Amino acid sequence: MAGRAINVSGWIAKGNPCCVSRLDDAESVRYACAMIDKFVHSMVDAMAGIADGSTVLLGGFGDVGIPTPLLDGLITQGARDLTIVAVAGGRDGSAIEQLLSLGRVRRLICSFVRPASLAGRLFQRGDLEVEIVPQGTLAERIRAAGAGITGFYTPTGADTLLAEGRETREIGDRLCLLEYPLPGDVALIEAWHADRWGNLTYRDSAQNLNPVMAMGAKLTIAMTRNVAALGELAPEAIVTPGIFVNRVLHVPL
Amino acid sequence: MADTEISPLDRNGIAAWCAHDIPEGWLVNLGIGIPTLVADFVPADREVIFHAENGVIGVGPAPSPDAVNPFLINASTTHVTLRTGGSYVHHADSFAIARGGHLDLCVLGAFEVAENGDIANWARSADEPVKQIGGAMDLAIGAQRLWVVMEHTTKEGEPRIRQRCTYPLTAKGVVKRVYTNLAVLDVTPRGIVVHDMIPGMTLEALQARTEAKLHTEGEP
Repeated sequence: MAGRAINVSGWIAKGNPCCVSRLDDAESVRYACAMIDKFVHSMVDAMAGIADGSTVLLGGFGDVGIPTPLLDGLITQGARDLTIVAVAGGRDGSAIEQLLSLGRVRRLICSFVRPASLAGRLFQRGDLEVEIVPQGTLAERIRAAGAGITGFYTPTGADTLLAEGRETREIGDRLCLLEYPLPGDVALIEAWHADRWGNLTYRDSAQNLNPVMAMGAKLTIAMTRNVAALGELAPEAIVTPGIFVNRVLHVPL
Repeated sequence: MADTEISPLDRNGIAAWCAHDIPEGWLVNLGIGIPTLVADFVPADREVIFHAENGVIGVGPAPSPDAVNPFLINASTTHVTLRTGGSYVHHADSFAIARGGHLDLCVLGAFEVAENGDIANWARSADEPVKQIGGAMDLAIGAQRLWVVMEHTTKEGEPRIRQRCTYPLTAKGVVKRVYTNLAVLDVTPRGIVVHDMIPGMTLEALQARTEAKLHTEGEP
């Protein structure tokens, strides 16, 4: 069975020794036809298929590492009745606030909501469901979703108002609270470098929740500030392996 | 002794008092407010490693205005630097550091601390409509030791060191030491023990500003 004709010169030029050594192997050449390329070339393609009612995980902390262009893309795309999972409820003028102001969010799961913020006001009017989660529990619930852990006990919050009406258990000499995973349908994240396999690096503290969100969603859409050739990123510098990433959009700074 | 003869510490004074007691080599998380000031009073050549829960290990001092890195902030979303030897982790690993017992010390602010080590620092009433928990509950239960830095009383003079907290708890039985503008107090199995006081302060005057019963170090 013959493979499709392909242009392998690009692979050789990039000097990937693995590919070069296999080029005379017909089977490998055939597989190379379906070469992995997670780059999409428009925001429309990046946002395609996000359904109404989706749970959307957002990276970012403060103004650092927030995939604002992707959120703008989600606003244009039009999905509604969303559950947004983020560390905070959005500052004045943020893209999260804009999404909230358009009435596109049904539920917000986060660690901070400022009473004077739009999220705080919508909640007090009864126009938004809010679930406040300790920040470490939030990160761990999302990590658990990505790691196949179906529940865990933690002392965080066990002796507080948060535990009212919920399952607790003494483990060792500590009271612990049962927490469930928090999976996403979609994750929107910001990376610093990406290659076509979707391998990602992050810039300084812009890492924050982005790698966690990448693991926790069925469809992970990354925007990257820089594009790297496959093999250009040092393997030990890759924070999110491409196996956790479905689409990459290049959005230069 | 009359109140006019004592000079309560200001916020920097409380922070400096706490900083003095942090040994070289510790991994330390500083909460927002007065705790953030603590780092300013640890000499740069003393290798204390500061952790910020947004994933920075080895937080350095604030950058000069012309050297701000827009991608590098601390948990208060303030621009910082990374000291030599520092590194970054993602949020789940950062909180694994806190929740997994890897912090030698966490320093938090508080509304109230009780003589049994309870801390209340996230809400002033159970009825507050909108809440901000942040990372306080994770840090409070996870660190090897929790110290609190705060004013000894409220602005109205109400005690904040209580027999039992009146505000919703952040965590139970975790506070080991409290630095206030008047004293350093240890939380022990027999209650609050006065470790140090500012010049001119007496045990009687301190007790008058404290709801919890104060013990002294010499007592059996």
